[in-house]
Amino acid sequence: MEKYIFLIPLFPLLGFLINGLFGKRFGKGLISFIACTTIGFSFLVALFIWKDLLSMAPEHRIMTQSLWKWMAVGSFNVDLAFMIDPLSMIMCLIVTGISFLIHIYSTGYMWDDESYWRYMAYLNMFVFFMCMLILGANYVVMFVGWEGVGLASYLLIGFWYQGYDNAIAGKKAFVVNRIGDFGFVLGMFLMFWTFGSLSYQDVFPKALELYEHGAMAINSPVMVAICILLFIGATGKSAQIPLYVWLPDAMAGPTPVSALIHAATMVTAGVYMVARTNVLYTLAPTALLVVSLIAAATALFAATMGILQNDIKKVLAYSTVSQLGYMFIGVGVTAYWAGIFHLMTHAFFKACLFLCSGSVIHAMSGDQDMRHMGGLAKKMPVTYITMLFATIAIAGLPPFAGFFSKDEILGKAFAFPYYPMAGKVIWFLGTVGAGVTAFYMFRLIFMTFHGEFRGTEEQAHHVHESPLNMTLPLMILATFSLIGGWFGIPELIGEKLGGVPNLLEHFLEPVFEHSNHIVATVAHPHHVAEPLEWSLMTMSVIVAIIGICLAYYIYMVRGKELPEKLAKEYASHYQLIYNKYYVDEIYELMIVWPIYYLSVLLWKVVDAFMIDGIGVNGPGWLVKRLSAGSRLVQNGYVQTYGAFMLIGLVGMICFYLYR
Amino acid sequence: MAGINEYVILSCILFGLGTIGFLTRRNALILFMSVELMLNSINLMLVAFSANRADMGGQVMVLFIFAVAAAEVAVGLAILICLFKHARSVDINKFNVLKW
Repeated sequence: MEKYIFLIPLFPLLGFLINGLFGKRFGKGLISFIACTTIGFSFLVALFIWKDLLSMAPEHRIMTQSLWKWMAVGSFNVDLAFMIDPLSMIMCLIVTGISFLIHIYSTGYMWDDESYWRYMAYLNMFVFFMCMLILGANYVVMFVGWEGVGLASYLLIGFWYQGYDNAIAGKKAFVVNRIGDFGFVLGMFLMFWTFGSLSYQDVFPKALELYEHGAMAINSPVMVAICILLFIGATGKSAQIPLYVWLPDAMAGPTPVSALIHAATMVTAGVYMVARTNVLYTLAPTALLVVSLIAAATALFAATMGILQNDIKKVLAYSTVSQLGYMFIGVGVTAYWAGIFHLMTHAFFKACLFLCSGSVIHAMSGDQDMRHMGGLAKKMPVTYITMLFATIAIAGLPPFAGFFSKDEILGKAFAFPYYPMAGKVIWFLGTVGAGVTAFYMFRLIFMTFHGEFRGTEEQAHHVHESPLNMTLPLMILATFSLIGGWFGIPELIGEKLGGVPNLLEHFLEPVFEHSNHIVATVAHPHHVAEPLEWSLMTMSVIVAIIGICLAYYIYMVRGKELPEKLAKEYASHYQLIYNKYYVDEIYELMIVWPIYYLSVLLWKVVDAFMIDGIGVNGPGWLVKRLSAGSRLVQNGYVQTYGAFMLIGLVGMICFYLYR
Repeated sequence: MAGINEYVILSCILFGLGTIGFLTRRNALILFMSVELMLNSINLMLVAFSANRADMGGQVMVLFIFAVAAAEVAVGLAILICLFKHARSVDINKFNVLKW
């Protein structure tokens, strides 16, 4: 089956090329067919490969396929190669599966758009690059995918480019991403310089070898540097502090784009990258500390920004930033499988949430402001139920998916092997964040679906449930929001249920076994006692319930006057949080303006005056001036010429006389 | 009797007068006469040395110089007549068109 790995990215590439080059002439049905079936085929191939993978023994579950030798420069050899192991398999299934559902949904949501063909082409292009990213067998192919999904993101955020703000948002996303990519590239350079290769199957065994033979200690500076530089790339791509600012603005794009790219797949690339590089990170605990602290801060910080936003998509955007923080907490405390677990469950419920919000926005004739919504539950029952499922999942209530993944992460954070003290802090920030998450998500539900409708008459007439091609993906995703967590049931609960295994952890074990071994021998992690584990679990549920009750009280019981009263009473705090702590403004002042004025200086002074004026035009001017002076020697009088000849003659005679 | 020194000094004085005349006079005919004066001063010096050293080479050279000088004057005066027809004057300051 390994000869067919290349088909997974190939199908979306073909779909992109066909729809991109000829789509303008096709009918919408044909465009949809091409776009959806290509992703469908990719998903099928992924399923077949998965079946093959499962039939192999766990220790040998690696399939590689090298297409051709791409770069061979001296000792630098990079092939266009793919590698399937449990980690990339899971990512592949998630990406192709959810992409397929979102393509189906898009046929409903974007049908009336005049550039439908362009949308479908870009969406296919995105899936192609995302597959390259996760299937790559070396960091260069991963980087191709990394940059490519950034491009797709730019094109899709600014899809309605006729709107100036949409184009600006797209540009912001790309530029901020690029800043992170700079760190990523530096990390790759350092990695090549240290290990002589960028291929996973070269770098990781070599790192382990150096460590085991004592040639490289834990926390060696070069390892820490590589890991932190790579993580800088991840902060850009996966929207962590300080490079998260593009994600809320990215909501200017169509809602299915937000669901696919900015919730389920592209933004998770950073988490995948850290999980893939787990060997190097485990050997550099300082880098892990940086990752998990930044992640915990982001998780809480972004959650606080979500509680006051009025645009339904902005709430979900900040929620995504926050949940990505949780994923990075997971991989940051060496619980790599837990981070991937949350990646999976988050993909389900966040995609569901975004698609449901798209359904609501469609029903509200394009209005995204929650203050105009209300009481939509009766008119849009399917959307309501599915969104409720996804919301309960993200709030972290059992037995829904979010509970298992979030709890696993927080539990492992509490017992962070390398830095137990930091672990407690991270656990605390994460738990508070979970409460805030439950609060703002249920605030969203209550404002949108309950109470009385606050919109205009016209909107009230237009409210309708979405058609099947939009609600079917919702139902599928909502189902997975419920059962998705059952793939990773922790031992504690699994035993009580009669020996249910932790499927995901075992499946991913071969990928992380070296890391787990190093952690066990170096950090001597103490096993968290059962009662403590139960209490941590119950605490997160209680915190979530408190958040829900608080939201219920403020927005349902006293929804008519309390929110406004609180906004007026705590006006300064309200303004601070509502304006996102003015982070965008601070960046604008401290970074954008200096660079802008520096650019103007470089343009007007260095380029126009110095290089053009003095460098290029200068010699010309000098020659002109000199010759203008010199030509006056020829004045046309013979006697002048005669006089000079005489002087020269006398000079020569003297020269030869007195030599 | 005048020794060789006197002849050399006379020749130099004549050459100097010819040069000054060439460089400062405006009339083209005077210029020609100055050039002739310079040439003849050299002739004088050549003959003087020839007599002094009993070497015939000097006198032979003088014959060559006479011929060349005559030819040169012929051509020069022909050019001057053409110029005169154009500018109605022999003032050389009028002929400064080949300039910047």
